[in-house]
Amino acid sequence: MSNSELTVEKLANEQYKYGFVTEIETDKLPKGLNEDVIRLISEKKNEPAWMTEWRLKAYKHWLTMKEPHWSNVKYNPIDYQDIIYYSAPKKKPTLNSLDDADPELVKAFEKLGIPIEEQKRLAGVAVDAVFDSVSVATTFKEKLSELGIIFCSMSEALQKYPELVRKYLGSVVPYTDNFYASLNSAVFSDGSFAFVPKGVRCPMELSTYFRINASETGQFERTLIVAEEGAYVSYLEGCTAPIRDTNQLHAAVVELVALDNAEIKYSTVQNWYPGDKDGKGGIYNFVTKRGACRGINSKISWTQVETGSAITWKYPSCILQGDNSVGEFYSVAMTNNMQQADTGTKMIHIGKNTRSTIISKGISAGRSNNSYRGQVRITKKADNARNYSQCDSLLIGDKCGAHTFPYLETNNPTAQVEHEATTSKIGTDQIFYLNQRGISTEDAVRLIVNGYCKEVFKQLPMEFAVEATRLLSMSLEGSVG
Amino acid sequence: MLEIRNLHASVEEKEILKGISLKVNAGEVHAIMGPNGSGKSTLANVLAGRPEYRVTVGEAKFEGKDLLAMLPEVRAREGVFLAFQYPVELPGVNNTTFLRTALNEARKYKNQPEISAGAFLSMLKKKMQVVEMPDTLLSRAVNEGFSGGEKKRNEILQMAVLEPKLAILDETDSGLDIDALRIVANGVNKLRAKDNAIIVVTHYQRLLNYIVPDFVHVLYNGRIVKSGDKELALELEDKGYDWVKDETVTAQ
Repeated sequence: MSNSELTVEKLANEQYKYGFVTEIETDKLPKGLNEDVIRLISEKKNEPAWMTEWRLKAYKHWLTMKEPHWSNVKYNPIDYQDIIYYSAPKKKPTLNSLDDADPELVKAFEKLGIPIEEQKRLAGVAVDAVFDSVSVATTFKEKLSELGIIFCSMSEALQKYPELVRKYLGSVVPYTDNFYASLNSAVFSDGSFAFVPKGVRCPMELSTYFRINASETGQFERTLIVAEEGAYVSYLEGCTAPIRDTNQLHAAVVELVALDNAEIKYSTVQNWYPGDKDGKGGIYNFVTKRGACRGINSKISWTQVETGSAITWKYPSCILQGDNSVGEFYSVAMTNNMQQADTGTKMIHIGKNTRSTIISKGISAGRSNNSYRGQVRITKKADNARNYSQCDSLLIGDKCGAHTFPYLETNNPTAQVEHEATTSKIGTDQIFYLNQRGISTEDAVRLIVNGYCKEVFKQLPMEFAVEATRLLSMSLEGSVG
Repeated sequence: MLEIRNLHASVEEKEILKGISLKVNAGEVHAIMGPNGSGKSTLANVLAGRPEYRVTVGEAKFEGKDLLAMLPEVRAREGVFLAFQYPVELPGVNNTTFLRTALNEARKYKNQPEISAGAFLSMLKKKMQVVEMPDTLLSRAVNEGFSGGEKKRNEILQMAVLEPKLAILDETDSGLDIDALRIVANGVNKLRAKDNAIIVVTHYQRLLNYIVPDFVHVLYNGRIVKSGDKELALELEDKGYDWVKDETVTAQ
C-alpha cells in the first residue's frame, strides 16, 4: 500500500466535525402540510393579511406542480407530509448583545468555529444569526440604521417594513417559479432582509449564519436583498448542520434586486452535513437564488463555495435587464464520498452591452457526482452582450464523476459568447513533486486543490476565504487516493 | 553521507537497477553518466522515493539511517533533494507559498520555529541572485507556463532555499541552451560546500565542464561498470558509450 493510500485510510475514518445537537427547547408544529399549517405559521409570526394570502396562493400553486427530476442527481422520493414546517426556539429573546443569548446557543456557535464574538471583533461583521427558523441575535443594527440601511430578519421586516417587503418579495422569484420555490413561498419560516438606500455604500459585510438544528425540520429560508440606486452591499451566508440519519430538506429562496448603478455581492460558504461515507443522512439542498440587475450599470456577483449537503441543486442566476449591467458567478463545488451536486448558473441577457462571467470549479472525490449546469441566454434586444464561461473539473480518484451541461442560446448576432471547459486529475507526479519538497500527501492535495480554486477564493472577503480554505481541506479528508 | 549497497529496483516488474553500490561523502560531487535506458534516472528517483519504483534487494543508508524505509517527504526533510528532470507544473499554487511551505516543513521536522513571511522574503531575494531569477517568477504558479530554462532554474532556486545535505540533479542540463546551462551550473557551484554532497546525473559531458566532479561513474544496464575521476567523463566524450558497452561485454 502506498503512502497516499495509507493517508486515505486514516482520513476516511475521521468524522464530520460539526456533528452535535444543541438542546434548546423548540416550539414546533406537527408534521405535515395543509392550509391550516400555513395559516398557523403566518399567525404565529403575526403577519399582515396579504402575506398569508400570498403564502396560500403559493401553496395552491405548489399542489399543481410536480417535483422536478431533470437534474443529474438520484434520491428516494421525499414525503412532504413527513416534514415539520415550523420550528422556533421556545425562549425567544430579543437581544442587544451576545451576553444575553442562551449559553447553549453561544456554545453551539463556538463549536461551529465561528463564534459571533470573534466575528464581531475580527471583521466588524454584523451577524444576523438564524438558528433554525427564528432570528435570535442581531447585532450592529444601530450603526447600520444611522445610514438608513435595514438589516434584519424577514419576520421583523414584515412587522416593521411591510410595504418594502411587499414591493420586492417574489418580484425576482415569483411563487410560481418552480416546485421548491413555490413550497418555500408557502411555508418560509424566516430569513434575512437587507435594504440599502440610494447612494449608500454599506460599510461592513452583512453576514448570516444559517444552521439547521431541530431533527426532521425542513428549513425554508427566504432572503431578500435590495440595493437602491448607486448603493453597494456585500452579503455573506455561511451554513453548517449537525449530523442526522434522516435526510433533511432545505429549500431556500434568495432574491436580489439591484437598481441603477447598484452593486450586490453575495457570497456563500455551504458546509451542511453531507451524509456519511455510505451516503446515509445528509441535507438535500434545493435552493433557488436569483438576482435582478434591474437598473443601468448595475452589478450582481455570486460567489459560492459548496462543500456540504448530500445533494446540492442550485443555480444562482442573474437577470441582466439594465443596459450595461454585469452578472458574475464564481463557484467551487466539492463533492466527496456519496455526495451529489448539480449546480451552476443562468445568465439572462436582456439589456444592451450586458456582460456576464462564469467561473466554475468542480472537484469530485470518492464515489461522488458533480455536475455543472449553466445557461447563457442572449435575448433579441441584448445588443453587444458578452459572456465568458470557464468550467473546470478536477477528479480525485477514479470512482467519481464530473459532468458539464452548458446551454447557450443566442438570439442576437452581435453577441459574443465564449465557453471553455477542462477536466483534469491530480497527478501522482504532482503529489510526488510536493512530497520530494517535504510536503505530506495530505498537504500536497490541499495545496493543489486550493491552487485550483484560487480564482474563486480571491472573490471572497478575506475572513471568508480563510474559512472556505479550511472547509475545503475538511471535505478533502479521506479523498486522497 | 550516503551509502548504497547492492541496490536492485524494478518498475512494473521490470528490473532496472541490478546491483548498485556507491558511497558519497560530504563535500564530494559525483557524476553518474551512461547511455539512455541505463538506469540513471531510476537511481535518482529510487533515492528520492518515487512510488512507482520498487526496491527489491539492497540498502541505502543516509547519515546512517535507513533511507529506503522513509516516506518521500521524510527523506526530503532529512535533507535529500531531487532536482527533477521534468519539473511538474502546479497550477494556481503560488511559487513563494510553495517554497515557504517546503522550508517550514523541514524546519518543523528539525524542531525549528517556522520562518516569518518577512524573513523568508529577504532570504529568498538573496537566493534568487544565485540563479539570476527575475522577481516575476515568484508571484506566478509553480512552473506553470515557465520555459524549460526557467523550470530548471526554479529547481536550483528550491535547492538554494532548502539547503539540502544531498542534492541529486537528474539531467538538469537536458533541454538547456548554453546560457541557461551556465546559469544553472553556476548556481549549483555556489551551493557546493564541504558539508554537503551533490550527485549529478547526466547523459552529456558538457555539464561537467561547469560542475567539475570529484568522481565519475558510468552506469550501464543497471550496474556501475566504471568509476574514475573527471578524466573519465572526457574519455567518454571522446570514445562514446559504445566503448564502455564493449568493455563490459568483453569482461563478461
